Amino acid sequence: MNGTPILTATDVVVEYPGKGFRAKPFRALHGVSIAIEQGKTLGLVGESGSGKTTLGRAMLGLAPVTGGAITFDGQDITHASRRQRRALSRDIQVVFQDPYTSLNPALEVGEILAEPLAVQGVAPREAKARIRELLDRVGLPQDAVHRLPREFSGGQRQRVAIARALALSPRLIVCDEPVSALDLTTQARVLDLFLEIQQDTGVSYLFVSHDLDVVRHISHDVAVMYRGEIVEQGPAEHVTRTPDHPYTQRLLLASPVPDPVRQEERRANRLRLLAEQREQDAQAGAIVGAVVAAPDDGAEGISVGDRVR
Amino acid sequence: MTEPTPAGQSGVVVRSTVFGRIVRNPLGLTAIVALVIIGAAAAFAQVLAPYDQNFSDITNTLAAPGGEYILGTDSGGRDVLSRLLYGGQLTLASALLCASVAILIGLPTGLIAGYYGGWFDSTASWFANMILSLPGIMVLLSVRAALGPSVWLAMIVFGILLSPGYFRLTRTVVQSVRNELYVDAARVSGLSDLRIIARHIMSVVRAPIIIQTSIVAGVAIAIQSGLDFLGLGDPAQATWGIMLSDGFRNVYLNPLLLVWPTLAIMLTIASLVLLGNAVRDALEDGQKITAKRRPAGEKKPSRSAALPAVEAGTEQHLLKVSHLAVGYPQADGSIKTVVDDVSFHIDRGEVLSIVGESGSGKSQTAFSILGLLPDTARIVGGSIQFDGTYTVAPGDDTVSAERLGALRGRRISYIPQEPMSNLDPAFTIGSQLVRPMTVVLGISKAEARARALELLAKVGIPNPQRTFDAYPHEVSGGMAQRVLIAGAISCEPDLVIADEPTTALDVTVQAEVLDLLRTMQRQLGVGVIIVTHNFGVVADLADRVVVMQSGRVVEEGEVLDILRHPKHPYTQTLLASMLEDKQPMTKLTVDAAAGGTA
Repeated sequence: MNGTPILTATDVVVEYPGKGFRAKPFRALHGVSIAIEQGKTLGLVGESGSGKTTLGRAMLGLAPVTGGAITFDGQDITHASRRQRRALSRDIQVVFQDPYTSLNPALEVGEILAEPLAVQGVAPREAKARIRELLDRVGLPQDAVHRLPREFSGGQRQRVAIARALALSPRLIVCDEPVSALDLTTQARVLDLFLEIQQDTGVSYLFVSHDLDVVRHISHDVAVMYRGEIVEQGPAEHVTRTPDHPYTQRLLLASPVPDPVRQEERRANRLRLLAEQREQDAQAGAIVGAVVAAPDDGAEGISVGDRVR
Repeated sequence: MTEPTPAGQSGVVVRSTVFGRIVRNPLGLTAIVALVIIGAAAAFAQVLAPYDQNFSDITNTLAAPGGEYILGTDSGGRDVLSRLLYGGQLTLASALLCASVAILIGLPTGLIAGYYGGWFDSTASWFANMILSLPGIMVLLSVRAALGPSVWLAMIVFGILLSPGYFRLTRTVVQSVRNELYVDAARVSGLSDLRIIARHIMSVVRAPIIIQTSIVAGVAIAIQSGLDFLGLGDPAQATWGIMLSDGFRNVYLNPLLLVWPTLAIMLTIASLVLLGNAVRDALEDGQKITAKRRPAGEKKPSRSAALPAVEAGTEQHLLKVSHLAVGYPQADGSIKTVVDDVSFHIDRGEVLSIVGESGSGKSQTAFSILGLLPDTARIVGGSIQFDGTYTVAPGDDTVSAERLGALRGRRISYIPQEPMSNLDPAFTIGSQLVRPMTVVLGISKAEARARALELLAKVGIPNPQRTFDAYPHEVSGGMAQRVLIAGAISCEPDLVIADEPTTALDVTVQAEVLDLLRTMQRQLGVGVIIVTHNFGVVADLADRVVVMQSGRVVEEGEVLDILRHPKHPYTQTLLASMLEDKQPMTKLTVDAAAGGTA
């Protein structure tokens, strides 16, 4: 079950400089560790602001890593230079969330797809053939080459973005919420495409999403992020169906199911879980509170016991 | 012809270029033609001019137009036409120089400052601000005093003075695209910064620079002529400004001398400005479609006339939409229908869900009920009745603002999709809740305030007073949606229309907001129309479901029936696309490879 990891992140910390003079930096990731296996998909699930997108960007060299290490294929890429990145772009690629802003509106689809090929010094003739192949691969018509992104629907644009990511036959694709801007039926088709490509090419995915259902469907392993930390990690089936961490449990039960009767059950379960967790928190909080509250207790004459009650 | 073209996507793509659009704009074409003629006349002055610019016929000064000198001669007996042509050369070249200097300084610094930011940005911005604060004319006069009457020198200095304009423009534009995902994608592809700037950033900067240049060139001509007019230019070389100066001095002897250079300057500057406008219009790309006026003969159905009574037996429905069709007039006179023959009703205390994908017309339907359609929209057919009276009577082509004004806020309220963009950032949340209540319910401010705090507590906000005093940016998205729900129920409406109320929220927050909506609905007994694409939300809240596809209702029924036994193939496809309860890593669609229609 344990294959060789193609990419590992160990205690990665990402900090954005604070606004203003001597401002405290904003810490988006607090020491995150993950591993992605060859040919497998790691689903990364979390809410907005949890740092899941930042982790993906850190791997692409788009976020400032201030601690920890990222290795790809045994090579440390934490602070890869532009030159190393150019070499890495053969192996690591990206599909972004928004197909409307991830394609330059002024360039034709052919030019967009030719870009990564040109960087790697592929001859224009070969590039043309490769582009034709790519369009076939993602199910777009050949005449798409001379069209502009705005002449396509959201789903088709995401196909163009996938084709661009595939152009150099990478070994890992970071997918940052690639289906969340799409309609339900389009999402289904694009997910199918992702699965199909993985089966055919053995590419690994880091699949970032806020939707537990999407992540369950496409991932072998799942990591759950909450406030810049990974709170639970393991095989998809386990994490997304019988999670251990209270947050994942809340997340699972919060997602509504398309059946009124089952949804009512789920809702009741969720409310029960929330009540239980609140009680646990209250108990834990009482203990923690008793310990923590004492030092910064400014008010005089209030004993620790009073505060807890 | 070897590749088969898939059906539905064949044909040549018709795409108008920016240049094409400029040329098709009559003003743009005129401006281009005028500039080309002026430019050519100046460029070929040596060939075209009958005399040298400084050839002077002392015996024939201030000659009237006609005869040997087509436009007459000036006070020095020099041919006005020749001087006009030669003057154009110098005037235009100096404007070009000025603009070039400004671009050469402003564009690269703006690109670097915008793209990299950091210390260079701060330093360059400081310099730009300093230059902007210099009094331009003073500087030009000092330069002239110190270094002599050179047009070129003056224009170089003026170019430097104008460069902050380019710097700021470029910097702002670059900053706006610097973090676009396609720039990130280019970085991931390994493109060098230079390539990214050349390929992805320049294309965005280009157009504003062209527009700016057309204006700057005009300003440069005006300033340069102004300096020469004041007699600060080099008298040995003809420019339009010097001719103007000469004409002004002899205005009583031969006023026509003033006319020719003025005409030349006016024409050139006007053409430049018009060209700039044409470029801007061409880039905006939007075809303006003016709403069709009613022919004068056709009488407008008078609003004051008594409304027709609604169909008997349907009065008890809270809201009934019958055969509604909504369309948008197109440039070619046709009407693009986005909602077609949509009928449904909702009773008091009922929750109806309208489900569909983007482009299904579900939001357009909701907006027609609320009367929030854009001005260009037309009700093409059908009617909407609320509580036994028409808001859109049969035959109306717009939603009556008058009739809906009395209902909106009071009896029909709205919960939007994006909570953040629906709260005004300039006002506190409290004032945004209080104001509608004082207007709609006519209660005092203090009363409304107490009520607002009560409502905030009711929608589960832990510290109502703090939220009441907060500005929208100080609360989270989930809180903002709670505030909007509080606002929607503040005037005790009979019908709440919620347009994708949870789509922008995190899933745990969504669950909380759904709980809140359900509780509110039960407590107040209001009718709720919830527009959504999420069947989970439907299952959670709705009593009945309307499924829409491409502007039409394809299926309607009780929620359990539709979700468990969908009859229409489209509903089946939609439900089959749900991931819940599917075997992971399996195909979701029957024929995924046939894509292209995604």
